[in-house]
Amino acid sequence: MNILVCISKAPDTTSKITFKDGDTKFNEDGVQFIVNPYDEWYALVRALELKEANGGKVTIISVGTADYEPIMRKALAIGADEAFRVDSEASDAYQVAAEIANYISSNSFDLVLTGKETINYNGSQVGGMIAAIIDSPYASHATKLEVNGSTAMVERDKQGGVEVLELTLPAVISAAKGMAEQRIPNMRGIMAARSKPLTVVPASVTETLTETIKFSLPPAKGDVKLVDPENMTELINLLHNEAKAI
Amino acid sequence: MTAIKGGEFLIRQTKPEEIFIPEEWSEEEKMIAQTCREFIAQEVFPMVDKIDSMEDPSIMPTLLKKAGELGILSISIPTEYGGMGMDFKTSMLAAEAVGGGHSFSVAISAHSGIGTLPILYYGSEEQKQKYIPKLASGEWLGCYCLTEPSAGSDANSGKTKAVLEGDQWNLNGQKMWITNGGFADVFTVFAKIDNDETLSSFIVDKGSDGLTLNPEEKKMGIKGSSTRQVFFNDVKIPKNNQLSDRENGFKIALNILNVGRIKLAAATLGASKDVVTLSVNYANERQQFGRPISKYGAIRYKLGEMAMRTYALESAVYRISQNIQDRIEGLASEGMEKGKATLKGIEEYAAECAMMKVYGSEVLDYVTDEGVQIHGGMGYSAETIVEKAYRDSRINRIFEGTNEINRMLTVDMILKKAMKGELDLMAAAKSIQDELLSIPDFGDSDGGLFEEEYKLIEGFKKAVLMVAGSAAQKLMMELSKEQEILMNIADMAIDAYVAESIALRVHKRINTMGESGQEVYKAMAELFVHDAAERVHHNAKDALMSFGEGDELRMMLMGAKRFTKTGTKNVKVLRRTIAQKLIDDNAYKI
Repeated sequence: MNILVCISKAPDTTSKITFKDGDTKFNEDGVQFIVNPYDEWYALVRALELKEANGGKVTIISVGTADYEPIMRKALAIGADEAFRVDSEASDAYQVAAEIANYISSNSFDLVLTGKETINYNGSQVGGMIAAIIDSPYASHATKLEVNGSTAMVERDKQGGVEVLELTLPAVISAAKGMAEQRIPNMRGIMAARSKPLTVVPASVTETLTETIKFSLPPAKGDVKLVDPENMTELINLLHNEAKAI
Repeated sequence: MTAIKGGEFLIRQTKPEEIFIPEEWSEEEKMIAQTCREFIAQEVFPMVDKIDSMEDPSIMPTLLKKAGELGILSISIPTEYGGMGMDFKTSMLAAEAVGGGHSFSVAISAHSGIGTLPILYYGSEEQKQKYIPKLASGEWLGCYCLTEPSAGSDANSGKTKAVLEGDQWNLNGQKMWITNGGFADVFTVFAKIDNDETLSSFIVDKGSDGLTLNPEEKKMGIKGSSTRQVFFNDVKIPKNNQLSDRENGFKIALNILNVGRIKLAAATLGASKDVVTLSVNYANERQQFGRPISKYGAIRYKLGEMAMRTYALESAVYRISQNIQDRIEGLASEGMEKGKATLKGIEEYAAECAMMKVYGSEVLDYVTDEGVQIHGGMGYSAETIVEKAYRDSRINRIFEGTNEINRMLTVDMILKKAMKGELDLMAAAKSIQDELLSIPDFGDSDGGLFEEEYKLIEGFKKAVLMVAGSAAQKLMMELSKEQEILMNIADMAIDAYVAESIALRVHKRINTMGESGQEVYKAMAELFVHDAAERVHHNAKDALMSFGEGDELRMMLMGAKRFTKTGTKNVKVLRRTIAQKLIDDNAYKI
């Protein structure tokens, strides 16, 4: 079984978020990057489990500049066999999806896995776009994935229950919490990652469908106002006139 | 350029580009540390109270075995014995990364240090093949039985006896404070053969008849670390379980402790970083008088000081780690067997290892103490991690040789090197004598980075050489009995080494990354050196006045003042600058 896992980098969750270039770009100075948790903990680990059960190969792909390589090495340390980096700055979901789709069309995979979203922009778009471009079935937000011959069984949470889907391979599936459990890379894996192939592929897509106009931070938390529990009039007044919540 | 020798820092100027700084860790090394930290965060931390309660004594060995599965126990074990064969510096980084795991940190470092290394470094090939792969994987767990009720710091006075009876050794005696004793499979035991003066060493397997354990000791901290008394009543072990040669045990014990000391410094560094983060988290969250307490100067002082000392420790620990590693590789490339090269490499810098043990354990004690203080009443509650950290920290000043023993060793080892002619301290001391008699040098300013700091660091070294040199001259053999003076000299040497390390590190940072954005780092180096000057002056005065007399004393006191004379520094602003970074990052991310 040949599985491709799409790996994105994301800022560590404790990073301080600032912007540059007139608030149109995320300022990466001093930011620690990690493998996007949905890609790592669920998509990659489930791919490895499927490989361990059925044999085959796990390849990872990222669209990004050379500074992606440390997080790609981590994915290799966890157990992926081979890595490809499309040498291009990731600009928007379409451009990333189109690059990956190009790579897929000249190679052959039974299964393409992505995280359900990347924790920086939370777009949840790349998986669906890849599926659309390569014209294959797609299931998003999968919490469980089993493969049986040429069929994938997927579960995903619905309000008040679970939905079970069946997809014919090759298929694209985005992974959510529950699909697998995080694996800590072991020392042998880390040392082996050194010699696993990481190939740089030239970019082929220049088109983007979106343009970032401006980023802004959520408003700072305001001061807390304490209202005497007996003074309902003031509470209502504050909620109505100041917080405009009622 | 020749490599710096152990103790040579006192008479040699090092350039920034000659030292290793933690900013230079490779991606792979960072990943190794991350694995260790993730293991602590995910496997150990959720169990930390359960471990300390000792309700289920199987938790600790289970966790150690899990660490073994990830390869954490075998980082520095050579590949031919099933290990990863990683270099010394990486093993230090791993020791740091597991350092914040409370009782677990003690268990893992005891297992992979004193529990494994005596066999690795001194075992016969057969012993190594039998024990090391299983100790490296965690299948077997190890402990080290040296201390006895009446033989602590004076380890060679142990009474445990070994008598050869046919083809078996018969061991009798009592050991105490044996870390990992409760679950260890392999006991490295120090005992005297017949009526020998000096210890020999033996490998004893768990389950040997006559090997019994007392219940767990109740301790102030590291409550989840198994600490037992071990009794040997006619314990019979095969003759070939003797480890190394007869009467080589004391040397083994000392050499293994050298390794343990520098590893302990790394562990205290990891723990310090965690406690700084805990403390700034709390300070940012806790509101009083309508504002987070991190906005108050009294708290900022503490945060700034905690971060600065932690960073200084890190600078010194990895500087010496690189020197040790270079020495090990140098000896190995000359054909020395790797294990032997490792011991020799560490032994060369035994004084620095002792200094780092002292400094690291005292930084952690300061950091945990102020950490509790920042937490206020909550810090006194057993519900908080900082309370545990405070209690757990205390043992570090006691084990692996008390800090007092390590201070004396620091001075002793440096003076011995001088007497053996390996370090020309006498010439340096003489030139300081001459300098004292000459007109003070007001020096031309070159305006370079840390000009004042480097001048002070040179002054600290001069102060050490002046005090140590004149004390040795005056007191001769009596100096070893004047422990107060030895403490003063050791403290001055530590300040000199750490001050130089932090200044060189920040200098190298600025040389490679440029000046912008380095204010916090500069503030730490400036603050450390400025404050160290007061301490060095104080220690020099204390020492000089306890043996010096008359004009000579007056001249040396003038010298001590001159060597530690600082300019003005707004230390309040420096500490606030450092604290602000912690507060903004809400973590120790320096």
